[in-house]
Amino acid sequence: MKPFNKADLVQEPGSLVLELRDVRKSFGAVAALRSGTLAVAAGSIHALVGENGAGKSTLVKIVAGVHRLDSGVFRFQGQDVEFTSTAESKAAGIAVIYQEPTLFPDLSVTENIFMGRQPLDGFRRIDRAAMHDEAAGLFGRLGVAIDPRRPALGLSIADQQIIEIAKAISLDASLLVMDEPTAALSGVEVDRLFAVARSLRDEGRALVFISHRFDEVFALCDTVTVMRDGEYIATNDISKTSVPEMVSMMVGREVGELFPKTPAELGEVVLEVNGLDSTGVFHDVTFQVRAGEIVALAGLVGSGRSEIARAIFGVDAYGSGSVRMAGKQIAPHRPRAAIRAGMAFIPEDRRKQGLITDGSVARNVAGVIRGGLARAGLLTSGAENRAAGPWAGRLEVKTSALDAKASTMSGGNQQKVVIAKWLATKPKLLIIDEPTRGIDVGTKAEVHRLLSELAGEGLAILMISSELPEVLGMADRVLVVSEGRISADIARADATAESVMSAATGADTATEASR
Amino acid sequence: MSTDLMVAPSRVSPVRRAVTSVVRSREIAIVGVLLAVIAVATYKSNAFLFSSNGWRDLLLTPSILLLLAVGQTVVIITRNVDLSVGSTLALTAYLTGRLFVDHPGIPIVVVFAAGVLMGSLLGLVNGILVAFGKVPALVITLGTLYIYRGIVLSWAGSDRINASDLPHGFLALGTKQILSIPVLTLIGAVALALVGYYLWTARGGRELYAIGSDPDAAVLYGLKVNRRVLSAFVVSGALAGLAGVVYTARYGTVSSGAGLGIELQAVGAAVIGGVAIFGGSGTVWGAAVGSILLVTINRALPVVGIPDFWQRAVVGGLILGAVCLDRVLSARRARKLVEARDAS
Repeated sequence: MKPFNKADLVQEPGSLVLELRDVRKSFGAVAALRSGTLAVAAGSIHALVGENGAGKSTLVKIVAGVHRLDSGVFRFQGQDVEFTSTAESKAAGIAVIYQEPTLFPDLSVTENIFMGRQPLDGFRRIDRAAMHDEAAGLFGRLGVAIDPRRPALGLSIADQQIIEIAKAISLDASLLVMDEPTAALSGVEVDRLFAVARSLRDEGRALVFISHRFDEVFALCDTVTVMRDGEYIATNDISKTSVPEMVSMMVGREVGELFPKTPAELGEVVLEVNGLDSTGVFHDVTFQVRAGEIVALAGLVGSGRSEIARAIFGVDAYGSGSVRMAGKQIAPHRPRAAIRAGMAFIPEDRRKQGLITDGSVARNVAGVIRGGLARAGLLTSGAENRAAGPWAGRLEVKTSALDAKASTMSGGNQQKVVIAKWLATKPKLLIIDEPTRGIDVGTKAEVHRLLSELAGEGLAILMISSELPEVLGMADRVLVVSEGRISADIARADATAESVMSAATGADTATEASR
Repeated sequence: MSTDLMVAPSRVSPVRRAVTSVVRSREIAIVGVLLAVIAVATYKSNAFLFSSNGWRDLLLTPSILLLLAVGQTVVIITRNVDLSVGSTLALTAYLTGRLFVDHPGIPIVVVFAAGVLMGSLLGLVNGILVAFGKVPALVITLGTLYIYRGIVLSWAGSDRINASDLPHGFLALGTKQILSIPVLTLIGAVALALVGYYLWTARGGRELYAIGSDPDAAVLYGLKVNRRVLSAFVVSGALAGLAGVVYTARYGTVSSGAGLGIELQAVGAAVIGGVAIFGGSGTVWGAAVGSILLVTINRALPVVGIPDFWQRAVVGGLILGAVCLDRVLSARRARKLVEARDAS
């Protein structure tokens, strides 16, 4: 393959800057991207939309040189390219703003912008004065007041995002990819970003804009490509499409029947959350969960769903409000009190937060109840095995023996071990964050059936999920979280992809982003 | 869109900013402690500072640890650690002696070069294993600590290099002074200045900080993380090699037990000097002052009349104190930065 040469670059307006066709990318057995297709012209802003897990971020990471594609066509400036590192894509003229800001907290804001390509003086020393001036100029252009000399540590997410944007602009790239750059920005900051994006477009650059906010997509973009389940669906002129059409393309399938939730008798109120508030994270969260009920917290990543769950379980502190279990108030910031009151919490990242990956299945399952199993302070593996056996059996954890290491098991089986661990505490309320993330389809269905069964036995379940089909299929009630507030409480009968998505993206309450 | 400059980056004059940052710096606090230690010891015994020997020792004794601490800092900044420097020092110290014994008349410059080269090679081995083996540096360099020491043991056996084996010109380095500053100290100071200058003004130096501050972000920035980490270990090895040659010049005798346990002192000196053990912040200047403080306190405590046990405990207390101070300072700094953000 011919190495990419920036000098050969032809930049006529309307010519394709980026062209991806039938790009495939798998991670192990999971195909994150089946047929990624995207064509972006110079002097245009192209929206890329799709549900969580549609493959947008994987696509972005291929363009950025983080991942390499398995198969398909990847052309940049009319040449076939294959980047093996982020440095190569950067050198070719691609700037990427990731969903999560990636900054060096110990270094100054200026150094963060120019790291690796600082301006040098005649002796190849870093020219700090020139660097700070350039940074100040960038912030002036973005219209923000950030001291270029302060460290990145302690900056708000919005400011961090601004620095990412300044960094991308300073790269003088011919293609700028922004993966949800506005998620943390205020209305004014969004307006400024859009003004900068438009001026970059008018200079003949190509921009890719990923967002869940339809009003922004319509206000800013010229073209839109919709993706679903790792596949390309359609590309349209923005003027020739509408929000309902885009949503139906994003959702695309009838989802109601995939996850049969057996109806259960609703019992007493188990969990009662009242006016829970944590400055800058979530506000005035009030809801109840009854025995036998599955309540889903839906919303975009970063909307505050997981933070609410963590506060209820006492992992994080909250400012004001109360959490009650069966009418009794639970002390804040005390997970042990929550466990004693009958709460169980299965976190999002099971490898880091839910499992002792080097421990045996039995040790993991018996993890939370080990205090009760110990005799005179000593815990034997026999006691652990006796306690763990029935649970592992009920959940059909596929492992040769209870003493197999948790790290050797598949994601689905690991998730079952984590669920078994908490079920062994005989909880009244199960909080489960992303119950089926990274799990194959077969095990997914098993986890869903299990949750449904448990609810049937009178367990109250609070489920957080980014997968719309899962929310619609499993939940008796959907609470939609948007920017830290519960923006909608939708009963099962009324819950549709459209109603949940529009509550999550704030599509009815348009921000001032459009001009 | 408003294009007027909303940022006023230079409300404070550069000179005043420089002065404030020096006065508030972590390094200055350590200098204060060092001066206090010297003052107390001198008060107890005038000879500690005001005698030709006292003055010379004050400057000369830290020269070996200073070299190691500077190298250690370069590695720690990248969120790694190099525990093998003591063994590297022993290997090059013995090599230095052997070269003089086996090749009488060998130029001193060649011996210095050989020591640095040897150290670099040992550092290169560490660097390759850490950067490409993806094993934590703590484990790798703990392994090479024993391996390198084993090599010295089998090479030297019970043999020992004595001052009588070494040429006068070389031994004179250990006592010679220029403008009443010992030559070995000057060597350390030059190495310190070069590394400190590089870390502050070169892209490569800043990238070391970036890598230590957030290794994942460094990859996304497109920095050459592996190459930088590898070179940090080579620098550490080279400086340990240089320290080995200096060791031989200073003491005149080398056995296989040279520099036993000094690697922990090097880590301690860096930590006392304000180098964050998880990388990303700290300076070689601080580490240098830390090493001088560590050595000086060890010499001052007997003078003040503190028993042996407490001498070690004081060093431990110093390390713990430095770490606690850093925690408090960084928590305060983080709070101030958040306040500054909310105020704007």
